[in-house]
Amino acid sequence: MGTIQPKVSEPVSDELALVQAAKAGDVGAFEDLVRRYDRNVFRIAQHITQNREDAEDVVQDAFLKAYGNLAQFQGQSKFYTWLVRIVVNEALMKLRRRRPERMVSLDEDVKTEDDSVPREVADWAPNPEQLYTQSELHDILTRTIQGLPPSFRTVFVLRDVEGLSTEETAEALGLSIPAVKSRLLRARLQLRERLSRFFQKRKNGGVLNGGDHNQ
Amino acid sequence: MKCSDFLNELTNYLDGVLDARTKAELEDHLAWCHNCYVVCDTTKKTIEIYRDSELYELPEDLRTRLRTAIMSKCKQKKAEQSSS
Repeated sequence: MGTIQPKVSEPVSDELALVQAAKAGDVGAFEDLVRRYDRNVFRIAQHITQNREDAEDVVQDAFLKAYGNLAQFQGQSKFYTWLVRIVVNEALMKLRRRRPERMVSLDEDVKTEDDSVPREVADWAPNPEQLYTQSELHDILTRTIQGLPPSFRTVFVLRDVEGLSTEETAEALGLSIPAVKSRLLRARLQLRERLSRFFQKRKNGGVLNGGDHNQ
Repeated sequence: MKCSDFLNELTNYLDGVLDARTKAELEDHLAWCHNCYVVCDTTKKTIEIYRDSELYELPEDLRTRLRTAIMSKCKQKKAEQSSS
């Protein structure tokens, strides 16, 4: 069984030049950076806030904050990692505003009962994503990831969806590397567990229909 | 290697960052422990499905609208800075 192949990211060799030009007042260079990362920023924002309007606000606020603070970007990390840190902070602020009754923190190391011990070990159908229509699949994936605590969800999205390295994720979230690894393992296992009921094989060779989803 | 040891190394294994010896021990465990094999295989599929899912794609019209709003505020900021 092989390892996960990382997403091929776009070359970033000219990124520093764009940042330098933007710092020197070239608004067009900053616009190129917006074009390069707006899709990622929107995706991260929507995963964290779980709300379309909030995600739109986060995209605007994060890029404006980045623009206003370009002078503070020293180039020690990638621009994208620096930007992600801003995006995560803005998105968490939105989430806290919307759910003031719940503490929302990346530091929380949520311990749910035996969440790391797999209970569901039935094998999945081959090509499980083809068992559902595109919109059913999107619904299943969205609802499943939304059930994770924000601290797990954010680590999973940055590492496994956006393809940041463990070190970059730690830097963007202000977490230690062991904390990122621990949250990532538990996020992956919890998602796997929850997806199993939609994707597992039936003993008679058919497919178990996922929970209450299609009722 | 016990199943719990395997689980602790699962993320490192999937990310391909294990040393050769631990990787070999883990693959030896996978060869005979069907449960761990299934957990490993379905965790890998979970990651791949999410990575390829294109959840929350930014629609092109919204993308243009957001970029226009962002750039207009950036230009305004720049004008304020150069006039002060």
